[in-house]
Formats: sequence, C-alpha cells, structure tokens
Amino acid sequence: MSGHHDHDDGCEAMTPSRRAVLGAASALFAWSFVPKMAYAAPGARDPRFVVVILRGAMDGLSAVPPLADPDYLGLREGIAIPKDGENAALPLDGFFYLHPAMPNLARLYKAQQATVLHAVATGYRQRSHFDGQDVLESGQMGPGQTRDGWLNRLLEVLPAGEAISRKGALGIGVVPPLVVRGQAPIVGWAPPVLPRAGDDLVMRLMDLYGQRDPVLAKAFAQGASIEKIIKREGMAGQRARGGPDNAEGMRLIAEGAAKLVNADDGPRVAALAFEGWDTHANEGGATGRLAGLLRGLDGALAAFETGLKDRWKDTVVMVVTEFGRTARVNGTVGTDHGTGTVAFMVGGAVRGGRVIADWPGLKLENLHEQRDLKPTMDLRAVTKGVLTDLFGVSGPVLAEKVFPGTAGLAPVKGLVV
Amino acid sequence: MSSDPGLTLRGLHRFGLGPRPGDLARIGGNIREVLRAEIAGKQVASIAGVSFASIREAAPALRDFSETERMQREVRVAAGQSIQGPAPPAAATSAPAAAQGTVPPPAAPSGAMAAPQTGPAPARQPPPEPPLPQRTYREEVLGRFHAMLEPLGGLPERLVAFWSNHFAVSVNKGNQVRTFAGLLEREAIRPHVHGRFADMLLAVETHPAMIFFLDQQQSLGPNSRAGARRGRGLNENLAREIMELHTLGVAGGYTQADVTALAHIITGWTLAPPNGQEGIPGTFRFNANMHEPGEHLLLGKRYGDSGFERGKAALADLARHPSTAQHIARKLTRHFVADEPPASMVARLAKVFRDTDGDLQALSFALLDSPEAWSAPATKMRSPQEFLVASARALGRKPEIGQILGPLNAMGHPIWQPGGPNGFPDSVAAWASPEGLKTRLDVSAAIARQSANGIDPKGLVEDIFGPAASTETRQAILRAETRYQAVAIALMAPEFQRR
Repeated sequence: MSGHHDHDDGCEAMTPSRRAVLGAASALFAWSFVPKMAYAAPGARDPRFVVVILRGAMDGLSAVPPLADPDYLGLREGIAIPKDGENAALPLDGFFYLHPAMPNLARLYKAQQATVLHAVATGYRQRSHFDGQDVLESGQMGPGQTRDGWLNRLLEVLPAGEAISRKGALGIGVVPPLVVRGQAPIVGWAPPVLPRAGDDLVMRLMDLYGQRDPVLAKAFAQGASIEKIIKREGMAGQRARGGPDNAEGMRLIAEGAAKLVNADDGPRVAALAFEGWDTHANEGGATGRLAGLLRGLDGALAAFETGLKDRWKDTVVMVVTEFGRTARVNGTVGTDHGTGTVAFMVGGAVRGGRVIADWPGLKLENLHEQRDLKPTMDLRAVTKGVLTDLFGVSGPVLAEKVFPGTAGLAPVKGLVV
Repeated sequence: MSSDPGLTLRGLHRFGLGPRPGDLARIGGNIREVLRAEIAGKQVASIAGVSFASIREAAPALRDFSETERMQREVRVAAGQSIQGPAPPAAATSAPAAAQGTVPPPAAPSGAMAAPQTGPAPARQPPPEPPLPQRTYREEVLGRFHAMLEPLGGLPERLVAFWSNHFAVSVNKGNQVRTFAGLLEREAIRPHVHGRFADMLLAVETHPAMIFFLDQQQSLGPNSRAGARRGRGLNENLAREIMELHTLGVAGGYTQADVTALAHIITGWTLAPPNGQEGIPGTFRFNANMHEPGEHLLLGKRYGDSGFERGKAALADLARHPSTAQHIARKLTRHFVADEPPASMVARLAKVFRDTDGDLQALSFALLDSPEAWSAPATKMRSPQEFLVASARALGRKPEIGQILGPLNAMGHPIWQPGGPNGFPDSVAAWASPEGLKTRLDVSAAIARQSANGIDPKGLVEDIFGPAASTETRQAILRAETRYQAVAIALMAPEFQRR
C-alpha cells in the first residue's frame, strides 16, 4: 500500500477510488448467495457496450502517468511526460495525469463520464502478446482456449428474445476480434474497400450454402443481416481511409461502429481493435509514436460520443489492452513487455471522474518481478462489475459462463450510474 | 492406379495451389506422385521481375534513398517550407491491420479491382514513380504471385508461404522491412524450404528484414563496451519471439530469464552502418563492441563468451529442441489438415523432425505420406491469399499488381503485412467471419466482372471441380442468370473455398 500520496496536495479523489476496490473485496461473500437466475428486471435502460482492444500492450505509465510518484521520472528518462510547459500532462486527480494527446478523454473525465483504472491486469502473467490477447479476449483462466470470447458468451447468458441477444454482437473487422467470436450470433462490419456484390448474388449463395455448408451459411446470413442498417445510415458508399493503427482509421472505425450500435434495430454490443501499441523502440513522450496512437484513440472516443447521440447516456465503452510495459525505459528509448497497465471506461453510463487504483508504487521492490508495474486490480473483476451493473447478470453466472473459474474474484461495484 | 478425381482435387486443394484449366486431366490419378516429385526434385520458384538480386544490392540502395530524402527535407526546411514534408515515407501509406481489414488508399492507383467500371484514364497525368521501398515491395509481391501460377501441384510454394508466415515480418514497420521483406523470403526461406530447419532459422534471424522488424539492431549488451559508454541497453524483442514463435512455442518450457539470456547472447547482431567502413551498409554484421560479455545460462545450458559463434550455437540448440519439433509439427499439420490437428499425425511429424535433425524435405514427405492428410474432410478455409491465387489459376488470369494488393488488403491478408510477429491467423474462425465472407464475395464479384467474358460456365465446372462438384454447386453455377454470376458463384462455392 502506498503512502506517498502525501507528497501531493490534490489527491482527494484517490480515497474513494481505493474504497471502491476494498468494497468490492468485501462484497465477495454477499455475491455468492445471489441466486443464479438473478437478472435485473428488464427496465428503463437499453444499454450499449463497446469493447476496444488495444493490441500490442499499451504503456499505461505513459497514457496515465503517475507524476506524483517520486520514482516515475527516474524510470522514464527520455519518455517521461512533463507536468508543465508545452504539451504538459492533463491533470486528473493530482496524483495521476493524462497524456496530453487525450484532451477529449480529459473533458469526459471532468464531466464525470470517464473512469481510469490503473495498475490493472488480466490473470495472465507471462509476456506473450498473443497469449495475453487470447486470455484477455477469451476470458479463460489461461491461454490456448480460443474457441469463443467472453463478450459472445455474455450474449448467451442474457435472456433470449431481448434486443441485446436477438441482435447479436458486432465484430468490427474482416477478422473480428476473438472476444466477440462464438456460438451467439455476430454481425460484422469493416470500412469497405471494394464495391459490394449484388443482392441477387448474395441470395443465390445463401441458398447454396444452406444446402452444402452450414458454417458458411451461418456466417453469411449474419453478414447480410446488418446490410440494411448500413444502407440506411449511408455507410454503404464509404471507403476505408487509414487502418486501425492510425488516427484517421481509428476515427472511421469508431464512427461506423457507433452508427450501427446506435440504431434501434442494430446490435447493442460491439468489439473492435486498434493496433500498433508495441512500443519497443522510440516510444516518444508527450509527442512521438505513442502520442500519435493515443491521439487516435482519443478521437475515436469522441466519435463514439458524437455517434451514439441519445444512447450515450446508456453507453459504456471499455478500453483494454493485453498487459503493460516495463516500468523502466529500455535500451532503445522504448519499453518492453510488462504486466500492470491502465484500462478506461468511457460513456454516459459510467460513474466517472475517478481514477480507481490501489497504487503499488514504482520503487524497485514494489515492481512485479522488479521490472513491471505491479497489478493490484484484476481486469476481470472490473469487467464483471460493468456487466453486472449494465446488464444485470449475476456474479455466479458471470463466474460460471462468462469468466469461468473467477468465482473468487468479486465484481467491482459502483462503476456504472 | 485407378483415377479418382475426388482425390486429385483434394490433393490439389490441400497441398497445392488449385487446378488450372486442364490440370485435372493432366494429373489423372497421379496426384501423390506429382506432389512427391516436387519435393524429391527440391523444386522452388525463382522470382522474376525484381530489381535487387540480394540484400547486398538492396541495402545500399535504401541507404542512398534515405540520404536523398533527408537532404531534400533539410533543403525544404532551410527554405522555410512546411516541415511536414511531402508524402510521408511508404510505411505511413501502407495498410496495417490486416485483421481489421481497413486500408488506406494505396500509394499508386490500385488498378481495375478497386474501380472496375473505370477504364484507363488517358487524360490524367501518369502517376509518379512510387518511391523505392514501395516500388520494391510491389515488384516482390507481383513476382511472388506470378510464381504461384506456374507449378502443376505447388506444394513448394505453399511451404514457402507457410514458413514466410511462421517467420513473419510486417512491411508496416517501415521502409527497411518494406524494401527487404521479399528478400527475406527469397534469401532465407526459399533456399532452405527443402533443407534444414536450423539453417533457415539462422538465415532468418540474421536477415536485415527480421533484425529491423524486431528492433534487434539497437540492442546493446548493458556491460558491452558500447553499452557502458552510451548508458543504453538491451532490447529483448527478437530473443522473445525466437523462442515463443520461431522455435520452442509459447508453452515450450522457457522463462523470462531465458529470454533475457538469449537477448544477451545475440547482442551485437546488428547491421553495418551507413558509412560503409564496416561492410556493405545495411547488411548483417556482428559488432563485438555491442556484445554482452560473460557466460549466460539458457535453458539450463551455459554459453561461454565466444562472440557471434555462441549465438549461432544457441540457435542451433533451439532448432533441435524437442519443443521445437512439437511446435513445428503441430503448426504444419494445423495448416495443411485441420484446425484441431490429428494427434497421431502431429506425433509422427514431430518424430521425423527429431530423428532427422529438422530435415524439412523429410518432413514434407512425412506430411504427404500421412494417411490422415488424405482422409480428413476439407474443413479448412482457404486463406485470402490462397483464394486469390486459386482463382487466378482457375480462370487463367495473370493479375496486375493492383488486382493483387487491393483485394488482399480488403480481405485482411496483405502479403508480408500481418498485425504482428505471430503472422496471420490460420483457423476457420478467423477467415470465415461474416464480414470476411462478405468481402470475399465482393472480390469474387469483381474478378467475375473482369473475367466472365468468354467463359463457358459448364467448362469452368469441369476445369476447376471435375466430377467432384456437388450437384447443388453444379446447379447453382449452371442456373446463374449471367456468366458473371456463374463465375462468382463458382469462386464462392464451398468446394472452392474449403480445402
């Protein structure tokens, strides 16, 4: 537990954050007595939930630098984010700051529509991107179980017939992220590159697949179902400009996803991925390579806010990455694969304006394996908390179906308004 | 041997590149013999139409190109012009994000595929010559694609593509990888595809394309002469991926300490500097000043202080590690046979790998001689690259560069441009997604618009399926209302998409 918040004079917001975590831990026993069918009554809210995966392991210590931590500057020579001057970090709670490339996120934080979770990690403690992403997205205890993703399994445990499970999950990309793949229906979209084939051709092929290849038939039917919304929203003629590792591409992807998720007859949940976060060399500080990516992410969050319009108040956008990066800058002015990092929750449904962290500190002895930010909060507990609050799924169901084997990991409470 | 057309088609799809008109008849019942002969003869294509014979030519050319760019930029800055410069380097205009399938506009007109209704536009000025990295990449892609139109069976080309994806680099990294990616395949993969795995491994890990891609050129031993002087140090990126992806596999039994040890062992594996005083600029060079001294413990074995040689010894030991045999056997079986590969076949291939010290020719024979590889149903989905090659062969087309780059970007499978060092996915779930299938149909439709003229649907069915076509597929093609539709349906038929 860290005592160095005393160094800082504006750290009041830290205290409730910490309490939230402790509260979650003590709620563990209460949750285990909740009956299994405990869905919230279908009520006022028709929620929207978007998962944004940052592939490559985002450097949480640069995205949300703990500028009041006395060890931060020493570890980050050459890439530290300055507190003052040009491109200064944006203040959050006095201890944590936000990277200057993210003014929209700072604005949403002030408006209490964004929460930062720091020193978080999944249960994965090795350093392979690919296994790390598989664990993050599959929601399983370890790597190698990539049959389906937790967002897809969420749909399977929600009451059939409600809009959310009926409309399926939206997976952005020609290859949708694993988190959304599985047995529950998914629909897909990517900024199109080619003119679309005619409807008659689509129907003839659906007929052929129906007779010869059920797997292709299912995928094809799901793809066709979202065409209607795409045409109505005027997205059919749009063409891709930029990929998911540059700002323009990120914004276009977010705009498209927001339109589809906003539609009354569209999917309620979506997943997409931004790429390029593996900053081993020349990571940059307030400007440079990582800054460009963060600016792209910031623009995408703004695009979600704009595109979801009246639905924004019922929306949670969750931004996660497979793990963090080394606390110390490496030999090539970058950072290597690490462990603890940050996650963001953004949206009108977020009880925001908070940095939630049980800060472990950056002294050598406090680092995970003396090299990485030590994770003190489990990302699955956070996610389970959001799913409980937003969709009314009970803890036991989450621990059995959505994040198997996490019965001992209580959902973090109070994340959603 | 009796003629079994179903078997021929299965063999051509599973191990080869797909039939061209007349191939089914040409092969008759001899598909196994055709494929075995390609391996026995150690056939492998040489790539035509490329500017650089080797990295020894390409690397200095890239050095000169970068120098010129830098000087032009300085002149512009001095003249007070925008420091934004003109077009960013080729890397910035590339399609990353294969998996996302979103693509920026190509650096040059992408050809008929992107805009089939537009004819040539004589009124417009000719496009400027794309800069060296982009031009080289396009030559390499075109040469590789056209090489895949030549062989009867095509197993060697399939193996080249497999190993190229196993040792994946992405041209999205920057100008170096964009310029060198084709050379990596030509210099480090092709010469060893029927040779020894250990030789391929060493060739890949010392190739400038891989050195750049995984940041190895900057990695300094913390206690090396250069490291002590500059206060800089280790970058463990290449060392980690060598063990996780290229040899042992992620569950292959190594630790973070092993990653650090290997990273130390290969410090000094770098590139000759631009001044030309230490060898041809940009080619591989061992720099003893960057090399971490002392003994290192890797996977329980001590590696003494012997410079470049101990790195080579470490790679050789990794190549013959039992975990490597298992990793390669499983990945190969998964690629050719099924997402859930038959355990018996994986075990057999792993044994061959161990027993022959990683003889890849022996491994290919073991693959071809495995009964599971012939009896397993066609559950795999052709990758977009395999699909585009197969469609060109089926229709007798020789696509231009824009007709290759555009569709592959759209389908999320641009050549040498995966999302990360683990390469492109190799599972049905990844490629048979709703949006992926929809995009595949768009590509099929575009190809059909360009090729349908003069194609007899009935003849097409015989050419690319023969008697193996299902009744439903045959009917769907023959009942199409236009030639265009018939061709598009044939390309999208389960018999064409599955392998």
